[in-house]
Amino acid sequence: MTAVVALIVLLPFAAAVAGLLATRLGTRDVRAEDVRTRGVGARDARTADVGARAERAAYRRAAWFAIVPGTVSAALTVWLAAALARGTPATDGRFWAELLPGRTEGTLTVVETGSVPISLTLRADGLSVLAGILVVVVALAVQVYSVGYMRDEPRYPSYSAFVSLFTSAMLLVVYAGDLIVLYAGWEIMGLCSYLLIGHWWEDRANSRAAVKAFLVTRLGDVGFLFGIFVLGLSAGSFRIDDVLRADLPRGTLVAATLLLLAGVAGKSAQVPLQTWLPDAMAGPTPISALIHAATMVAAGIFVVARLYPAFLAAPPTLDVLGVVAAVGMLGAALAALAQDDLKRVLAYSTISQLAYMAAALAAGSDRAAMFHLVSHGAFKALLFLCAGLVIHHVGSNLISHMGGLRTALPVTFWTMTIGFAALAGLPPASGFFSKDAVLSAVEHGTGPAQPLVYASALLTVGVTGAYAARAWLRTFFGPARIEPLPEPPPGVAHVFDGREAPPSMLWPAGVLAVPALLLGLAGWAAGVQVEWGPAAASLAVALLGAGIVYALWRAAPEQDPARLLGPFRAPCERAFYVDAAYAALVTRPVLRLARGVVRTDARVVDGAVRGSGRATLGLSGLVRLAQNGNAQLYVTGLLAGLVLIAVAAVVLT
Amino acid sequence: MSWLPIALVGVPLLGALVATVPAVRDRAVAWGIAVSAGVLVLAVALAAAFEYARPADMQLQSDRPWIPGLGLRFHLGVDGVSLPLVVLTALLTFLCFVHLAGHPPEGGRPGALVVTLLVLEVGMIGTFLALDLLLFFVFFEVVLVPMYFVIALWGGAARRAAAVKFILYTLLGSAVLLIGLLVVWTQAGTLDMVALAGRHGSGMARSAQILAFLAIGLGLAVKTPMWPLHTWLPDAHTEAPTVGSVLLAGVLLKMGSYGFARIAIPVLPEGAAALAPWLGAFAVAGIAYGSLACLAQRDLKRMIAYSSVGHMGFVLLGFASLTPVGLNGALFANVAHGLITGLLFFLAGAVKERYGTADMVRLGGGMLRRLPYVASLLTFACVASLGLPGLAGFWGEMLALLGAFRPVAGLSRPLFLVFMAVGGLGAVLTAAYFLAMLSRVTHGRAVETVPLAGPLEPPEPDEPSGLYEPPGPLATAEGVREVLSEAGEAAKPVEPVAADAGQTGGQTGKARRPFRDVTAHELAAWLPLVALIVLFGLWPKALLAVTTPAVQSLLGSGVAP
Repeated sequence: MTAVVALIVLLPFAAAVAGLLATRLGTRDVRAEDVRTRGVGARDARTADVGARAERAAYRRAAWFAIVPGTVSAALTVWLAAALARGTPATDGRFWAELLPGRTEGTLTVVETGSVPISLTLRADGLSVLAGILVVVVALAVQVYSVGYMRDEPRYPSYSAFVSLFTSAMLLVVYAGDLIVLYAGWEIMGLCSYLLIGHWWEDRANSRAAVKAFLVTRLGDVGFLFGIFVLGLSAGSFRIDDVLRADLPRGTLVAATLLLLAGVAGKSAQVPLQTWLPDAMAGPTPISALIHAATMVAAGIFVVARLYPAFLAAPPTLDVLGVVAAVGMLGAALAALAQDDLKRVLAYSTISQLAYMAAALAAGSDRAAMFHLVSHGAFKALLFLCAGLVIHHVGSNLISHMGGLRTALPVTFWTMTIGFAALAGLPPASGFFSKDAVLSAVEHGTGPAQPLVYASALLTVGVTGAYAARAWLRTFFGPARIEPLPEPPPGVAHVFDGREAPPSMLWPAGVLAVPALLLGLAGWAAGVQVEWGPAAASLAVALLGAGIVYALWRAAPEQDPARLLGPFRAPCERAFYVDAAYAALVTRPVLRLARGVVRTDARVVDGAVRGSGRATLGLSGLVRLAQNGNAQLYVTGLLAGLVLIAVAAVVLT
Repeated sequence: MSWLPIALVGVPLLGALVATVPAVRDRAVAWGIAVSAGVLVLAVALAAAFEYARPADMQLQSDRPWIPGLGLRFHLGVDGVSLPLVVLTALLTFLCFVHLAGHPPEGGRPGALVVTLLVLEVGMIGTFLALDLLLFFVFFEVVLVPMYFVIALWGGAARRAAAVKFILYTLLGSAVLLIGLLVVWTQAGTLDMVALAGRHGSGMARSAQILAFLAIGLGLAVKTPMWPLHTWLPDAHTEAPTVGSVLLAGVLLKMGSYGFARIAIPVLPEGAAALAPWLGAFAVAGIAYGSLACLAQRDLKRMIAYSSVGHMGFVLLGFASLTPVGLNGALFANVAHGLITGLLFFLAGAVKERYGTADMVRLGGGMLRRLPYVASLLTFACVASLGLPGLAGFWGEMLALLGAFRPVAGLSRPLFLVFMAVGGLGAVLTAAYFLAMLSRVTHGRAVETVPLAGPLEPPEPDEPSGLYEPPGPLATAEGVREVLSEAGEAAKPVEPVAADAGQTGGQTGKARRPFRDVTAHELAAWLPLVALIVLFGLWPKALLAVTTPAVQSLLGSGVAP
């Protein structure tokens, strides 16, 4: 069974390698051949034509490379889930023990390091299969969607290869049986995120967003690596099973989990490292759906769930996590309410929803966190794909350019409505059940920060209803605001003339709408408890938020309901100036320091070297003064020396 | 007794002698390729003959009397520590010759350059093979003179000053190193490195060990280079021709760090234990300082040079922990840095050759559009250098930090935790400067390129002035190269570049030939490095299996459990 796990991980990797190296192999020969037969003179006229044909060939081949291995991987994952469901029940009693009791683990080799060895281990159990299914399904949906979305994109082959590489890295995280292996996947995901955010690198802003995303997450990752060191060296092994089984002192666990939390905050865009995620929306929309909504950002939550026994044994860490979540969920939701860019609305919403999962973890329920992770993965990916359809149609990301799209985009309207309903937590969509699970977990939590977390979570439910309603109404209802736009700059998808996007884009959205709608019911059927009283209360709060926005919008459909924020609108829109603060407190001082170092290097360090050279020259110049060829001086010196020696001999003896 | 080590030193020496013959001199580069290929084959044979079951033992030794009056012996051999470096040296030298075949040196006199590089190879390989302290020193010194000439004769505009600085710095370091070696000789009574390492410092007084470690360490630190003894390096790297930079970064720096692993730490364990905190402090100072300096550089080659200061800081930090894992990390980082920085300097040289400058402001942006292959490879090399897991750069630095996390008993743990934290922040800064550089140079639009005042390409009379012409394949012997170069171009719409060419053409008043993307020679020189970076990144065991037993034996029971 481990071989299947390895295949699931390696197939997308092979797809990435093939996509990067092999998409243009044959087309190159075609061109050379073509020109040789026609002679040099004809090449100008023919180059464009032949080039276009070669482009199409590369595009088609890249699409095959992207989709076929992904499909096989998805099929194997389903097989794996079925195999695990038949397994013998484990004894550790984690939440997936009833549903997917089996597990498998295999070690390829053990790398001796001179200290704790690294074992190249893959493992699969209920938790990893749960996350693994989410990853392969969303990745496949996004790959299919991208075939249409990136149709006119000359760099589609590298794009789809990076998506495949990302999928492979995320699956490595999910199935890793060793912390160092997990870290490897963790970092490669970060690289893919960087490459894909910066896909339209002609625009400097996209490039900056990509760099920012990589650096902010890497800052957290350093802490994450040190956390792995603490766990691994204390337990004497980097294998996850050994680490969780080891009986570590509480202080060690607190230190290790707090360090790990830095990486989690970076990857899952939690306070204080959340600033990169809204900027990451500079990437193509399918990337936002896959990486920055459904999978990579959820990796942080997944890792906490993976190492949950260690976190449970370190209550201070969970308290910190709770506070971080409480601040993040409400702040991000308020920021989402004030954004004009549809994708940024969804980005802040992602931060807020990830904070929900973190809150559930802090309250002691990895089950609720993983439930919300999966259902959020489905409905947020759906929302992003729908946002892509809208953006594709309108040619702009800004909500103020949209409106009245209900009739022009009926399929998009209905699928996105399901997505928003799930986001706002309206029954029977999946979000209602998973959010209720989170809320009841937080309600029952025992940590000192739990009242704060619970209050924040309830408030956030209201704000979520408000911003979901705002985005929904402003996009699909009211007067149409489409204006003929000039040729879009790179970084913005081209406008389609047709009413709806091609089927390759509609189908993935339609398919994802099914789990977004039904996953909650399925979870309920599978035994997730619903506490109907609190659930009704939170539903009322969500409807209250949505209702206020609806009332404002009915009063003046042209105006932005975000005006209800009043004087807080500007701070919310700027996400409470965190970016500006970081720029002033970190970025600029570091750059100043860097310039200072360069100056120091030139003047002081190298100056000391040159100075010593000059000093030597100067000294030799002094010595040279004595060598002036004057015999009298020499004899005087000689005599003076003799006298000195004589005096010294007398005095010292 | 084995003839392989002697052949490894002898073949390039003979090759250099033969290259001075006028008949050979005319085809010097081809001769250089042949000789260095022969050396590479010998190095691979050495690796094949090596018994991997016992990598801690000195193998394939060749031990002959050299100067009997002084008890000096011509003693060569390899173990798990030196084997990867010998192969790396042979490979990099060979690749440099391959590169040279397609890109003749700017200073002319290719024959002289070939002789110089072959003599350089003698010194480099000899250093890694030598098992007698004085022999080590001799080879260590042999390297200086050819490198001086490489910089001084084939370098950039400020080459003389850079070459003089290089030779003065390293000669001064060598003098100190020699004093240290002599202290060891007088104290221990032998120069045999195997015997000395086997004793683990017994028979030498602690004070003498500290003194000797200080002197040897200083001598090696100049070469490595350790902050603040690094200032020769940016100048030398920036001014050296591409092959010079590659060998400087890829091999010469390793001679310093190899000396720590081979001589300073195993022979003088007590001295090492006493001075390790200082070594660690200077190492992390170098990491932070080098990364910060990179962040504010304008020149691509100079930035890569400073990045070496940071990376070698990780190597020294690994040594300073005095643990097997730290040493392992240091040796891994050594090899990885040789591969990655070698590739980076090849790429920087390629960029400089095409744009006529390595100044990032003048390079402008949009290299991914103009030179998609070069820019993609540059991205790859930078990502490898910033320590991405899955590529070679990661493992060495990770293991060095792991070593610092728990240094050997007797060293201050909190101090080393601080070192580790600073090193970790340095890793973030490393990512910052590489990504900032990539963003600046490879991203953006090519239109932003500042028009060049300097000579690039002469105006082509047969081309319409100011118009961009897609490089079409010609039915010539260069067909392969042309096709390779256009494959990337074909992917890109040509309008922005056309606008650029028109604009700059209008401003400078002369047409510029479109840049040529990677040539066949360049690919041949680069791809082996790319392959090895990926191989060691995905399969670190390939290297660690060889070094782990060796470092455990070097540290012995006296220092580490």
